[in-house]
Amino acid sequence: MITRLNVASIYVLDKEEALDFYVNKLGLEVGNDIRQGDYRWLTVRVPGERATEVSLEQPGPPLHDEATGAQLRELITKGALGGLVFITDDARGLYETLKARGVTDFTQEPTEHFYGTDMGLRDPFGNPIRILQQGKVAQPATA
Amino acid sequence: MSREAEESNRHLLRARDAMDRAYAEPLDVRAVASVACVSEAHFSRSFRAVFGETPHRYLQRRRVERSMFLLRETDRSVTEICLDVGFTSLGTFCRMFREIVGETPSGYRMGHGPIVAPNCVQLAAMRPQRPSD
Repeated sequence: MITRLNVASIYVLDKEEALDFYVNKLGLEVGNDIRQGDYRWLTVRVPGERATEVSLEQPGPPLHDEATGAQLRELITKGALGGLVFITDDARGLYETLKARGVTDFTQEPTEHFYGTDMGLRDPFGNPIRILQQGKVAQPATA
Repeated sequence: MSREAEESNRHLLRARDAMDRAYAEPLDVRAVASVACVSEAHFSRSFRAVFGETPHRYLQRRRVERSMFLLRETDRSVTEICLDVGFTSLGTFCRMFREIVGETPSGYRMGHGPIVAPNCVQLAAMRPQRPSD
């Protein structure tokens, strides 16, 4: 039986810029940052023990040939690849914190739904991120 | 793919996000093009090349998708919903709805109830397809 999701990965255009965004802006912590020759194994995770690590991978060599790397970069910047969904205990408070840290690329401001309050943003490269505060909100449906 | 093309994609995506966020407002292509930092003519052309449809069509489909959501989830009138999602004329809304969805707004409402899927999933996955597809 599988007991936990240990690592999931997303593609970013630049690991250094990704590290700044995911750690300094979004508030995650560095999991692994290990260099092996030209390759840098870099992961971030929600602060705390046993959180799933998100591996930040850069398309291109040594993972892919140049042409494949270029295709992936095109898809990332079109917003066509999968993203991440996080949980927060205070969506509106976090929204203000993120704005104060200079995050501007919101795709949706905090919005109430029957399952909670969530918001959307993009990382600097185009990957979609959702952040949800779970819990019922007594609010009529709005578009 | 060049860095300029990646940069251009990112600008166009930002403009597309602006439509997804502000569809209820009286947006026009010029206003959205300014988000992407390009001229109106260049914007429509490059948006279509990258996303496969014109920005105008993208916005109309977003508005129709949000109207479908409100028809399913609320008991607001068709006229109110038409205005809620950014259309200014009931005639245009009903014509566009019919063209994209294949039935009238009230016909659609009768056949559909609320969908239990997160709103972001609905936004991403339930924008109606172009009838020509």
